[in-house]
Amino acid sequence: MSRYLVLIYDDESYWADATPEQWQASMAEHDAFSRAVVEHGGSIVSGEALHLSTTATSIRGGELSDGPFMETKEALGGFYVIEARDLDHAVEIARLCPAGEGGVEVRPVMTFG
Amino acid sequence: MPTAADDALARAHRGAWAGVVGAVARTVRDLDLAEDSAAEAFAQAAERWPRDGVPGNPTGWLVTAARRRALDQLRRRDGLTRRLPLLVVDDAPREDAERGFDEAAERVDREAGREVPAVFGSDLLRLLFTCCHPALARESQVALTARLVCGLRTDEVARLLLVPPPTAAARITRAKKKIASAGIPFRVPSGAELPGRLDAVLTVVHLLVTAGHTAPVGDGVVREDLLLRARELTGALVALMPDEAEVLAVHALALFAWARRDGRHAGSGRLLLLAEQDRSTWDTATIAEADALVRRALRRGRPGRFTLQAAVAGCHATAPSYEDTDWHEVLALYDLLLQAWPTPVVALNRAVALAQVAGPAAALDAVDGAGAPEDYPYLHAVRGHLLAALGRPAEARDAYDRAARLTANTSERAFLLARRDGLGGG
Repeated sequence: MSRYLVLIYDDESYWADATPEQWQASMAEHDAFSRAVVEHGGSIVSGEALHLSTTATSIRGGELSDGPFMETKEALGGFYVIEARDLDHAVEIARLCPAGEGGVEVRPVMTFG
Repeated sequence: MPTAADDALARAHRGAWAGVVGAVARTVRDLDLAEDSAAEAFAQAAERWPRDGVPGNPTGWLVTAARRRALDQLRRRDGLTRRLPLLVVDDAPREDAERGFDEAAERVDREAGREVPAVFGSDLLRLLFTCCHPALARESQVALTARLVCGLRTDEVARLLLVPPPTAAARITRAKKKIASAGIPFRVPSGAELPGRLDAVLTVVHLLVTAGHTAPVGDGVVREDLLLRARELTGALVALMPDEAEVLAVHALALFAWARRDGRHAGSGRLLLLAEQDRSTWDTATIAEADALVRRALRRGRPGRFTLQAAVAGCHATAPSYEDTDWHEVLALYDLLLQAWPTPVVALNRAVALAQVAGPAAALDAVDGAGAPEDYPYLHAVRGHLLAALGRPAEARDAYDRAARLTANTSERAFLLARRDGLGGG
C-alpha cells in the first residue's frame, strides 16, 4: 500500500456564509466518505478541514505575507491522507471524496528509507 | 548482404520489442529497467545469433535474456534484494479478465498463424494502457507510447511529434517518473474502467496510424514500421473488446492504411494523390477484412468519430476508381463527423469532398470558413488545388508555395512544388 494525499479544493464563497444545515450536510457527506474508503479496501491515515484561506499566512524568502500561496477561485479547504494500492485505487477512492462544485487533487506521498 | 541472423533480429525488433519490454515490466514493475534490459537483450542477440545461430524461439530467448538482466540489476541495487520475491509476480494467479483476454489473443494469433506467444498480447496491452494512463498528459502519452510500445529512439519520437529532441526526452522522462512515483499500475483496466480509458489509447494509436500513413517529417511517405505496430496493437485491442465499435473502427483504419501503403508513393518515393494511385497495388484481402470491421462497427448504433473516419476510408478503399467514388456518401459521412468531432482538420477534409459534389467555388468558401490554423500546410495545399481548379493560377501558386514551406516531409514538399510548377501561365 502507498500513501496518497487527497486535497480538497472548492469555492470558499459557499462556506463563507454556509448555514448550520449546510455544515451538517457536509459533515454527513464526509462521514459517508470515511466509511466508503474502508469498503473500497483503503484506509484513512489522517484528515483535516482547514479554515478559510483568508486566515492563511505565507512565508516566501523569509518575508511574511497575508493569504495563501496562490489566489484562485478554488482554495484548499481540507485534506485526507489515505492508504491505497496504487494510483488507480487512490483515484477510485478520491472520486468519492465530497468537494461540492470543486474538485480534489491526488498526490503521492514520498517515502524515505 | 544481410544474413539470416540479421533478418531474424530485424524481424524480432519489429515484432517483439514492445512484448519484451512489457514482459520484463510485468516482472520488475520498473519501466526504465525494462527498457534498458530489452535494449541489452537485443544487443546480446546481435552478438550471439550470428555466432551461435538463431534460436528456435527468438522472442522467448529475448524475454529470458532481458528478464535475467533486469533481475541481476535489481539484485545489485542496495536494499532491493529482500523485496525481490515480492516483485516477481510471474506465477501469481492473474485476474480473470486478463486470463480471458489471453485465451482470446491466443485464438486470434492461432487463426492468423502468428508465432508470437499469446501471453505477449496482454503484456503489450498492459504496456499500452500504462503509457496512455489518463493521469499522464496527452503529449506524454504519445511520446511514451512511441518510445516504449513502438520502440522508436528519442530522436525519432521527437521527429514524429515535431518537437526538439530534448523536449521529447523530457516528456518521456517526466512520464516515467510519474508512473513510478504516483504508483500508476501496470495493468489492463478492468471492465468498468475500460471505456473511460479507451479514448486516450485509441487517440494515441490512431495518431500512430496517421503518422505511419503520411510521415510528418523525413524522406519517405509511409512509415511501414509504425503501420505494422499500429495494426498489431489495434488487433490486440479487438481481441480484448470485440464489441466496442470504436475499437473495431481504429483497427479497420490501421488495416486500410496497411493495405494501401504501397500505392501511396511512386517508385521514386514521390507522394501520389488518391486520384493518381494504382489501385491494383492495394491489398484487397486486407481491405475486405477492414470493410467488414467497419460494417460491424456501424451496426453498433450511433457512430463515433473513429467509426465515421473508418467508414470514409472504406468508401475510398472499396471504390473501383477515383471517379467512381461515392462522393455523396463521403460528404454525408463528413457531415456526421463534423458534428461528432468539430475540428478544423475535419472541416478541411469535408471541403475536399464538397468540391467533388458541389464544385470548387463552394469548397473554397468552406475551406476559408474551416478555421484551420495559418501554419497548417494542408490548408494551403487544399486552397492551391481549389484555386487551380477555379482558373486562378497566380493565387494557386502562392498557396502551393506556402504549403511547401510549411511541410517538414521532403516527399510532400517535392509534390507540392511540382503542382505549383505544373500550373503554367507564368
